[in-house]
Amino acid sequence: MNLDELDWEILKALQADGRLSAGAVGRRLGLSQPAAWRRIRRLREAGAISGQRLRLDAEKLGFGVTVFLGVKLATKGQVSLEDFERAVSAIPEVQTVEHVLGLYDYRLRVTARDLADFERVLRRRIMALPGVGNVEANVLLTEERRPGPLGGPLG
Amino acid sequence: MLDDHDRRILRQLQAEPTLKAAELAERVGLSAQQAWRRVERMEREGVIRGQEAMIDWEALGFAVRVSLRITLDKTLPRAFDEFLEAARAVREVTEIQTFLGRVDVRLEVIARDMGHWTGIYREKIMALPHIADIEALMHVSRIKVQEALPV
Repeated sequence: MNLDELDWEILKALQADGRLSAGAVGRRLGLSQPAAWRRIRRLREAGAISGQRLRLDAEKLGFGVTVFLGVKLATKGQVSLEDFERAVSAIPEVQTVEHVLGLYDYRLRVTARDLADFERVLRRRIMALPGVGNVEANVLLTEERRPGPLGGPLG
Repeated sequence: MLDDHDRRILRQLQAEPTLKAAELAERVGLSAQQAWRRVERMEREGVIRGQEAMIDWEALGFAVRVSLRITLDKTLPRAFDEFLEAARAVREVTEIQTFLGRVDVRLEVIARDMGHWTGIYREKIMALPHIADIEALMHVSRIKVQEALPV
């Protein structure tokens, strides 16, 4: 899809605050409310905005630990990827599952109350999945979401 | 602290952040006013920090997504700070995480295609300071992207 400068500015504004109304977006960018509304609708329909996410403070909700896991499947060819993906996606503490190429086959983002809780999830749920081989865990210390290409001038 | 009603509200809002107060109230078995007061309280307490529109970079023509797992030369005291500052200036970087583990930093980088990716890697990533080791994971497909908390 072809985006002009104003579309990028709209995406940037809505990424920062998803609750902005079309009127508020329009006021910031010098567009009328209907013009802003039409552009936002077009961005949603084209899939550029794929949805809305609630931002929660994980720590205040008692989830003090986030771990990124690299998972290598042990028995390639014998384990169905679909079975593994279905089983791992069903674990509530597993927030993201991505199929990757490289040192690992999957990367997972796992949330837990504390390290003991994480160990329980890892041992009882993840290590028990069909076909899991080598697993590497890295405990998250800090995280920044960057605006990506929305951040600077268009290249 | 949070009670069962609050948790039910959070579960509904995580699945559907744009729910109207009346619909939310009906789903959690409260009046609209009660439900809204709880949402407002959780916002005041900073439990709910707002909402964001999720950008689909693939739909915007960024077909390539890579996780770079980086180990830094930690003999230098300012290695982390200097690396992070330089990484923030790379426009194609969408996420930066630091870890306790074998990997020090992860960068998520997007590119339009493999040619674009090669250029970013050679000119921008390799130019970042204090890298001791770097590994790339090429993203093939997203199976689950929820980032919901199991409240």
